Amino acid sequence: MNKIILKSTLGFLLVAAISSCTKNLDRLPTNDTTSEVVYSSFEGYQQAFAKVYGAFALTGNAGPAGNGDVQAIDEGTSDFLRLYWWMQEISTDEAVVQVGWNDPGIHFFHPMNWTTDNVILKGLYYRSFYQITLANDFIRQASDANLAKRGITGDNAAKVKQFAQEARFLRAFQYSVMMDLYGNPPFATEADVPGASLPRQISRADLFDYVERELKDMENSIPLTNEYGRVNKSAVRALLSRIYLNAEIFRGVAKNQEAAAYAKKVVDEGGYSLISDYRNLMRADNNTNKEEFIFTINYDGIRTKGYGGTTFLTHATVGGGMTASNYGIGGGWGGVRTTKNLPNLFPDPNGSTDQRAQFFTNGQNIELDAEPASSFTKGYAVTKYRNITKSGSQGSSPDFSDIDFPLFRTAEMYLNYAEAVLRDPAAGDATTALNYINALRTRAYGGSTSGNINSTQLTLDFILDERARELQWECFRRTDLVRFAKFTTDAYLWPWKGGVSSGTGVASYRNLFPIPASDVNSNSNLTQNPGY
Amino acid sequence: MTRTITQFLFASLFFVLLSFAAAAQDVVSGNVSDSKTGAPLSGVTVTLKGTVTKAQTTGDGLFKINVPAKNGTLVISYVGYVTQEINVAGNNAGSISLVQSNQQLNEVVVVGYGSARKKDLTGAVTVVTSKDFQKGQISSPEQLIAGKVAGVSITSNGGAPGSGSTIRIRGGSSLNASNDPLIVVDGVPLDNAGISGSANALSLINPNDIESFNILKDASATAIYGSRASNGVIIITTKRGQAGKTKVNFNTQLSVGKITKKVDVLAADEFRSYVNANGTAEQKSLMGNASTDWQDEIYQSASTSDNNISITGACHNAPYRLSIGYLNQQGILKTDKLERATLGFNYSPKFFNNNLKADINFKASQTGTRFANRGAIGTAATFDPTQPVYSSSNRYNGYYEWLDPNATTGLRALAPKNPVGLLQQQNDVSDVKRSIGNLVLEYKLPFFPALRANLNLGYDVANGTGTNYINDSAASTYRRYVDAGGIPHGGVSSNFRQEKRNTLMEFYLGYNRDLTSIKSKLDVIAGYSYNDFLTTNYFFADRTSDGRVTPGSNPKFPFDQPRYTLISFYGRLNFSLMDRFLLTATVRDDGSSRFSSDNRWGIFPSAALAWKMKEESFLKNSKVISDMKLRFGYGVTGQQDGIGYYDYIPYYTLSNNSAQYQLGNTFYNMYRPNGYYANRQWEQTATTNIGLDYALLNNRINGSIEVYQKKTTKLLNEIDQPAGTNFSNKIVANVGDMENRGVEFNINADVVKSKDFTWNIGFNATYNRNEITKLTISDDPNYRGNQYGGISGGTGTTLFINTVGLPKGSFYVYQQVYDAAGKPIDGLFEDRNRDGLINTDDLYQYKNADPEAFFGFTTNVNYKKFNAGFVMRANVGNYVYNNVNSTLGTNNVIFGTGYLNNAYSDLLNTGITGTKAGYILSDYYIQNASFLRMDNFNLGYNLGKVLKGSANLRINANIQNVFVITKYKGLDPEIQGGVDNNFYPRPRTFTIGANLDF
Repeated sequence: MNKIILKSTLGFLLVAAISSCTKNLDRLPTNDTTSEVVYSSFEGYQQAFAKVYGAFALTGNAGPAGNGDVQAIDEGTSDFLRLYWWMQEISTDEAVVQVGWNDPGIHFFHPMNWTTDNVILKGLYYRSFYQITLANDFIRQASDANLAKRGITGDNAAKVKQFAQEARFLRAFQYSVMMDLYGNPPFATEADVPGASLPRQISRADLFDYVERELKDMENSIPLTNEYGRVNKSAVRALLSRIYLNAEIFRGVAKNQEAAAYAKKVVDEGGYSLISDYRNLMRADNNTNKEEFIFTINYDGIRTKGYGGTTFLTHATVGGGMTASNYGIGGGWGGVRTTKNLPNLFPDPNGSTDQRAQFFTNGQNIELDAEPASSFTKGYAVTKYRNITKSGSQGSSPDFSDIDFPLFRTAEMYLNYAEAVLRDPAAGDATTALNYINALRTRAYGGSTSGNINSTQLTLDFILDERARELQWECFRRTDLVRFAKFTTDAYLWPWKGGVSSGTGVASYRNLFPIPASDVNSNSNLTQNPGY
Repeated sequence: MTRTITQFLFASLFFVLLSFAAAAQDVVSGNVSDSKTGAPLSGVTVTLKGTVTKAQTTGDGLFKINVPAKNGTLVISYVGYVTQEINVAGNNAGSISLVQSNQQLNEVVVVGYGSARKKDLTGAVTVVTSKDFQKGQISSPEQLIAGKVAGVSITSNGGAPGSGSTIRIRGGSSLNASNDPLIVVDGVPLDNAGISGSANALSLINPNDIESFNILKDASATAIYGSRASNGVIIITTKRGQAGKTKVNFNTQLSVGKITKKVDVLAADEFRSYVNANGTAEQKSLMGNASTDWQDEIYQSASTSDNNISITGACHNAPYRLSIGYLNQQGILKTDKLERATLGFNYSPKFFNNNLKADINFKASQTGTRFANRGAIGTAATFDPTQPVYSSSNRYNGYYEWLDPNATTGLRALAPKNPVGLLQQQNDVSDVKRSIGNLVLEYKLPFFPALRANLNLGYDVANGTGTNYINDSAASTYRRYVDAGGIPHGGVSSNFRQEKRNTLMEFYLGYNRDLTSIKSKLDVIAGYSYNDFLTTNYFFADRTSDGRVTPGSNPKFPFDQPRYTLISFYGRLNFSLMDRFLLTATVRDDGSSRFSSDNRWGIFPSAALAWKMKEESFLKNSKVISDMKLRFGYGVTGQQDGIGYYDYIPYYTLSNNSAQYQLGNTFYNMYRPNGYYANRQWEQTATTNIGLDYALLNNRINGSIEVYQKKTTKLLNEIDQPAGTNFSNKIVANVGDMENRGVEFNINADVVKSKDFTWNIGFNATYNRNEITKLTISDDPNYRGNQYGGISGGTGTTLFINTVGLPKGSFYVYQQVYDAAGKPIDGLFEDRNRDGLINTDDLYQYKNADPEAFFGFTTNVNYKKFNAGFVMRANVGNYVYNNVNSTLGTNNVIFGTGYLNNAYSDLLNTGITGTKAGYILSDYYIQNASFLRMDNFNLGYNLGKVLKGSANLRINANIQNVFVITKYKGLDPEIQGGVDNNFYPRPRTFTIGANLDF
């Protein structure tokens, strides 16, 4: 009898243990959640949407660092702007960095001998594609079917669909960056479910057509005005103007008429103009520059912290005898300066004539002694980015910058228009072109017309120099030099270009960066760019 | 499906075991005692020869056994004693005294879910008992067996009080998951993660309470622990009570630790002449007039006292042991301090005619630690030696600092902070409480004593809390931010808190049977285990010393509760045939919450065979060979430690309050989809082991030789994800293969063995070769490997690479070119691919940090009342990257902007400027770190009876870290991981102690 009871009890315990166990193995994270929960409410959509934008500004989910989005690169250096800035500026005459600045791979850009495993070019590639992947996911989650299934209706559903359009723009923007820098990247849209198949490679020309098609479609779906920090119709047009200006490089066909037309639409329909003081463009409170800024990446010294973005641009640029507090920061990192080519474009380096010349020269030697230069004091420092408000007080934090970064601003549209008209007189009106350029110069000369030029002075070479004066350190230089066939050739030299003191040309395949070896190795659909 | 079948089989086994039966007989009684001491022996097995009838003695040595017609032969057997047979006639078997067998082979070895006699082992298991432990001031248990076991390398992580160690058994079988062995304390498996506030979770266990370490090395021994067993298992058993008279032991130690070597930086005068020769006028003017050895300023003689008292005896005839320990240890780095109070208790009562045995274990500790600011170690090396410790001003609490009148803080950006100030101004204290305990019930069915049921209920709970306070005048955290009112706030006042609640429930049934007709034995167990690991981490805002929350630091969530659960079924069969052949087969079916339901369950089998060659006729009468056993084992184990708890789930994380994004006028916390790998599963290691145990000359020489091969498959490697296919561009996936092959040898010899004089030696040697055999899904000839491992002085620079065909963790560096005099030429490296450029394509794989072979040597001498001994360890073929030299050994480091740094003295030989690309990855800094170290030298004297004969007193003296012989130029060659940077020096420790037995 006892035996039977004992046996039954043990048997019961055993069965109970086995059946209860499987459930206990389904452990879920405490604070993290699944896509079903995130997308069950409008607020969840909003916060996921914020990530699609925020992937521009931040390096990860913990500010300033600690939970990065992109791997295989130091998190602090893994944000979009810092990487984009490095690749567009340090490879040109506008920027140099001295020894001891040990971001891996950085010293291969100025002498133009980067290789396919360069950490920086790999970092930007994965950062751009990260934002594309986020946008794809968000667009998928915002499909009509998903919204209906999750009970998001009415005004909220309309808003989410609007978000999806903006995600689409961010994706098009990042594809335009891929097209410009890497040429022939892999390609995936919301139709490609992650992990289902390997993305195919798209040619630069096909990618151009895709971006163009997307943007033209969005011109109808994105409103003319939107909240600060969000995309509006003018941003769509500004990007169209930009890719059209470079269409000969990207597509093999010049599209200057479209470039001019879209630039003008931004100015006219968007109602954009210039702020009065050039030196107030990159200030802690530059979110008030709404008349000029078309689309910005937003930073905040307290709530949007990272070691990239404008925090990098305000800190890495301060060193030598510079007084950190003058730039609204606790201390400089002493890294980036410029070659003599940039100050030499100005009548004087101190901005007493052309106020766009914002150089720190005290104790700085304009000449570079080596590549990389031996110290911060070689080459002039550039003081364009200052974490102080227009009224002179420090930003919200000495360690993290408040400066927003304009990806598109009116001045670029003026310059695009003038250049397109110079390249193709049928693209627009020569007088408007001259007026646009003189508007920039009048502002630069503090409201005086003494710096204005006449129509014979307005040449393509002048435009390239004017772009350097106006858009210096805003991530344009490499693209501009490529368009003017001056990036790799001997036609234009700067100190230590090609690793030689006086500068030398390099092979033309370096007009494009390589696709990172890591992606070529892991995606069998990819073929490396020629030359690498 | 497989799972269901396995579970069904396990369930069936339970019932089969239950369905045996037996009948009652006539009773014979007697008592058993030790032949020498006369003390009653409990737990002695009394068997009626030729039957399965068995009994065990009680706490006072008494037994009762059913003997039909009160006539037969009783076999009296007890572990550690020579088995006796006596004939019975009548009800009283009388007093039986058992003679202790001194053969080590009779030692009991604790194995997973039970124990075995050493001579019956089929797997590679090594036991180290307290008499063989390392001696001296040891505050963390694993250090007790450093150098004592072949195949086990134990490297302390530095000289801080209570500092932990890295334990590697047979090389480590993983790249990205953990390589730490599973540690089981008195039947409770510990999780390997540390506890906040404690330098090392293992240090919360008092080493003085430990009786033995049983190290399970091959799969045949470890596979019963399934998915946690690939890196070996260490079973720690604490000291038990002994029946008999109450005994009290008091043990006290006092020790002093001193630094043995400092980082070789320039002395003040060398520094002065260097700056005068190479600096600009402005740089020269930065020098001060003092001559400060900053390392002398931060280190101290560290005193330690360690007191332990234990009481053993019997309560209601059941043995108990109670121990209390108190350790008070200073670190050699000023302000470092550890205080630990421990309580240990165990009690083993028996009920129902000894059919129910209970075993209660309780351990508790409370540790108070003050953590010195480790940053001071590096800063002391680099701080300008011409500057004084204290300035003449009161600013920054009076410590000298590099100043910049233009900075808002008044401090020079990027300049190091005064190291003495870093130490003295920080009060980082923690309080950690931990308790480990369990209740084991073993029930022998009275109607069927061959069957036993064992229930083990255990827990491991810990609470760690702490605060860090730095006042607002300290330079390190001066004026951290200015509030809206323009008022600056500085200093730190932060908290942390963590709780662990780990629980265990295990149940198994065991059945053993003597098949006397074929001189064979059968022992089977089958069981179930539920192990839950729950941690709660609390989040706190960052506060300045005035208690104000720094902007943006309010946590988004109050706490996080990572949790993982492991459910297992396991079984083992031991079969010994004709006392000559031994077979062990085990199987474990593990279900882990770390994997998706498709990959959740894994089956880990093993089998081993041993042949007791000594029992064969050709050796039976050998005078030379006193024992010989050949073992062969094969098994598969898993590895899940170090794999994230939720990595297989596609989940979203909300960003914290300083990673918000502004759209319009609102700042949003962002939901991020995380990268995931749905097919994540355990790594699997298949181990083959061949071992030979030998004993010669009446056991005066004994030891073993093992040869093994461990093949890891489904190895986790971090691989690139094709862009656009995942939310992470790198994913750790089960794609690789790796192999460890090795040989272990150990020998122990009683060189002299006489009444007054004994001398024994022990030696062990290990050779291990690790090779990565696969790392990617498809073989890619262009894939050079996975680079990892950051170094100081190069943000984002990686030093190591895992490459197929080479051992894990090769250094990946440039090949330095030297001039005719053998001096490295600054910035000149070999263009290995001959493309005319020096770039990352010229990096090459050079050496690695793991030793090719390592050795341990122990010797002890006893002469009358004196004893002496020492332990030495050696590693051969291990290399270390001298990160101190690479960051501080350059001209560039000396001349900061507005401040000066001291440099590593090798600069005077090399003249490396530090301005040339890639210099930090020069193979010049990879140095041979083979070493021979004397871990301790000890002397003891037994004073004999004191206090009118009521007590026995022994005294001892000890030196630890006596000397190191090495070619390595840096501070210490023994650096786990192979990067020498700001290493906490291991002190030389002098200890005197006394041990009193009442």
